Amino acid sequence: MKPLLDIRGLVVEFDTPEGVVKAVNGLDVRLAEGETLAIVGESGAGKTQLMLAVMGLLAENGHAHGEALYRGRDLMQMSPQELNRIRGSDIAMIFQDPMTSLNPYLTIETQMVEVVMHHQGLKRDEARAHAVEMLRAVRIPDPEERIRQYPHEYSGGMRQRVMIAMGLLCEPDLLIADEPSTALDVTVQAQITELVRELRERTSMAIVIITHDLAVVAELSDRVIVMYAGEIVEAGSAEDIFYRPQHPYTRGLLASVARLDKASDDELHAIPGNPPNLQDLPTGCHFRDRCGQATERCKRPPPLWLDDTGRLSRCVLPMAGGRLQAGQILPPEPDGAAADEDAAAPGGEDA
Amino acid sequence: MRQEGILRHATNRILGLVPTMLVLITIAFFLIRVAPGGPFDSEKILPPEILANLEMQYHLDEPLLQQYFRYLGQIVTGDFGPSFHYLDQSVNELIARGFPVSATIGGLAMLLAFFAGILIGVIAALRQNSAVDYSVMGVAMLGISVPNFVIAPLLILGLAIYGGWLPAGGWDWSGQRMVLPVVTLALPVIAYIARLTRGSMIEVLHSNYIRTARAKGLPERVVLLRHALKPALLPVISYMGPATAALITGSVVVERIYNIPGLGSFFVQGAMNRDYTLVMGIVVFYGLVIILLNFVVDLLYAWLNPRIRYDEAP
Amino acid sequence: MTTDAEQRTADPSVEDAFTAALAEKDERGRSLWIDAWHRLLKNRAAVVSGVIMLLMLLAVLIGPMLLPWEGDFTDWDHTSSPPSLETGHWFGTDAVGRDILVRTLEGGRISLLVGLVATLVSLAIGVTYGAVSGYYGGLTDRIMMRAVDIVYALPFMFLVILLMVVFGRNIILIFVAIGAVNWLDMARIVRGQTLSLKSMEFVEAARACGVSHQAIIRRHIIPNLLGVVMVYVTLTIPQVILVESFLSFLGLGVQEPMSSWGALVADGAQDMEYAPWTLFFPAAFLTVTLYCFNYIGDGMRDALDPKDRL
Repeated sequence: MKPLLDIRGLVVEFDTPEGVVKAVNGLDVRLAEGETLAIVGESGAGKTQLMLAVMGLLAENGHAHGEALYRGRDLMQMSPQELNRIRGSDIAMIFQDPMTSLNPYLTIETQMVEVVMHHQGLKRDEARAHAVEMLRAVRIPDPEERIRQYPHEYSGGMRQRVMIAMGLLCEPDLLIADEPSTALDVTVQAQITELVRELRERTSMAIVIITHDLAVVAELSDRVIVMYAGEIVEAGSAEDIFYRPQHPYTRGLLASVARLDKASDDELHAIPGNPPNLQDLPTGCHFRDRCGQATERCKRPPPLWLDDTGRLSRCVLPMAGGRLQAGQILPPEPDGAAADEDAAAPGGEDA
Repeated sequence: MRQEGILRHATNRILGLVPTMLVLITIAFFLIRVAPGGPFDSEKILPPEILANLEMQYHLDEPLLQQYFRYLGQIVTGDFGPSFHYLDQSVNELIARGFPVSATIGGLAMLLAFFAGILIGVIAALRQNSAVDYSVMGVAMLGISVPNFVIAPLLILGLAIYGGWLPAGGWDWSGQRMVLPVVTLALPVIAYIARLTRGSMIEVLHSNYIRTARAKGLPERVVLLRHALKPALLPVISYMGPATAALITGSVVVERIYNIPGLGSFFVQGAMNRDYTLVMGIVVFYGLVIILLNFVVDLLYAWLNPRIRYDEAP
Repeated sequence: MTTDAEQRTADPSVEDAFTAALAEKDERGRSLWIDAWHRLLKNRAAVVSGVIMLLMLLAVLIGPMLLPWEGDFTDWDHTSSPPSLETGHWFGTDAVGRDILVRTLEGGRISLLVGLVATLVSLAIGVTYGAVSGYYGGLTDRIMMRAVDIVYALPFMFLVILLMVVFGRNIILIFVAIGAVNWLDMARIVRGQTLSLKSMEFVEAARACGVSHQAIIRRHIIPNLLGVVMVYVTLTIPQVILVESFLSFLGLGVQEPMSSWGALVADGAQDMEYAPWTLFFPAAFLTVTLYCFNYIGDGMRDALDPKDRL
């Protein structure tokens, strides 16, 4: 089945006074229709920049190369006008801080109505009615009154719902949610997560959730991509990632989450070290200076393990049930044992 | 809902005006009274009885404090008293004659400054860090740095004397005579507003809500006009108060250079002539104008900025 | 109840940790200045302006001593003569034969002097007022700031003109009067900074550990104020020079035989039709000075707080 979104070889770089910084380093991602994909990683891993690049929303000093095929058409090559036709109506993106992401000087009504009027040519009162319905659907109380208010008259959780509602107005095929609940407190987070879950059940919309909150990932996603220092280090179904994590980084992330079923005096495991400085990455495997299992061979770029289900791991440690990507060899063991050279059958990463 | 907030805001402001006016009047009053020399010194030497008579007529023989309260009482009824120098005219008359002139030039300068400044600032912001941006901002910096009494002679030299297109000064309510003074007066304000607008617009364009607007697929034109312009212009609107003060200050020099019979000229003359009441009157009058204008700008800002009604502005 | 001193000795580990944290913060604080300095150096406009200002300073200080005549020397053979190398009057002469170059440089001394001194007056008043208001906070702060608000609304230029007319053109008075015009902004800024510094966590932590008021003020509040104050000083100097030249232009500035750029421009404007150089040179020096100071001030502001950069 053809993927809804097919990203190939995406590179995102930024010009800074200290030189060019590569935020995303040659990524391939595929998303099927109706699928919910979670992109996980620490801040600065490149997850947000990846999606911003696809949407054409990078900052002025950012440049993106590669392909991003939406239903076969490359978003990266489109003119601003063509891109504008897709943004907001076919692909919607919502952002993490609803207070600053909504225009404080315009009413909610204005900000919602303009989307529908522009993309679907509705008249003002039709658009308004549609917007009110959408607010109702995301459980904003009294939507007819409240739609005339300003963002600061809403609570944080309500603002996030408004953002979601705004994104859904044109019934997009794909919703990209950048840290949808991070800026909110815990009880509100739960409500938003619940809302998104409902959306998944009711619509055939594909969702990309960018987050560093594993609880959200567990609740909502079909597939997960784990990013580190601008690269994908592991990918697979949610079940695979949570129950059978392969990459040391993924394992570290999972181990560092506080759990109710553990004794409360168990220490929390943190991944040692600091988030990577993109201008000063370790050679070879970028994670090796924080990895408990790093050896000499990690100084060479780690190979990519794949299987037919789209499972992926970028590590010298072999992946259960996986084979090396075509053309790659495993770096030799430190004690000189023969390298494993699996004849790799050609294969891609299927969604 | 909004109306109540604004009304409350307005009342607070009005109440705040009174102490300010009081301070202004008091300072000006005692300052000019402290001056050595009285209003009648420079004139022909008068015989002592006539001098005494004049002093009595103008209440100058009363104790200072009494004069002060008498003056306050007069002000409240809107009477600035007779001019000490131009013995047959009242200050009110002089102000009535001078103010329309100054107001016209000032008003036009303000309009010019805002329109030109905003336009230039927006263009520079949209082409941030380009050659256009740097050169425009460089010129703007020049506009702020070059004093108006330097620009004026240059303009006069260039456009009036060598070019012969415009008159070099004087006033007859004709459009021609207005051009140079208005432009000279407006230039530093245009420059300031241009820089202010540029900075504000750039900041707004980097904000998250503009990113959201673009993410919604709105055309750039709509993003600029509907989403970016209003927030970007708020600081510029706030600036209108200080801009008025700057224009009033500038008018003192501009009116002098271009020989314009406005309040600025009257003020300087009055100061030189020790014309107490005239000087006081102008200071108080202009003070009132500035304060009132600040007040109006405040209200305007509160009306435009939906967030203000909820945080009570200090 | 333990006293401060006892409290300090009671928990040495906390104090050690805190001292270490303070030391680290100091170090980062020092490198903050170094960072800012580097950023400033990268700002070409500011650097060029700085160099020009240094040259200007040299010129006005030393120049008149190197030239063969003084500002009030009247060369009757060369009245109103244009700039030329042969006559030795490189900037020309005015109507009574005074050399414009010398007059401009000497005028520069006065203008820059007034700029500096009046700014210091402004600084002294403003910083003290603002710091006191900010540090004590509460009712004191509200009253003091209310006073500033009231005074802010007054048309200051007019009051200054009044002052000059009333009290005569005394140079000390000029320093004070002009300085008194500009302290308001400084006071507001300093008060704002003091308030925010006061409530910063490290100050609370320091107090909790018993670090003295003085130490806090010395090591944390002052260095943080310094940055903001420096920016303001560099931006105030041109404003003050402008006000002084305004006054001089109106004939209310320094008395003869002292002269400043403003007065020279006024004189030049009179004769500009047939002796434009009498206007041009002082005007150029004045403009360049203001221009450069503005760029330096801007550069310093950007260097010390890159977030403000626009």
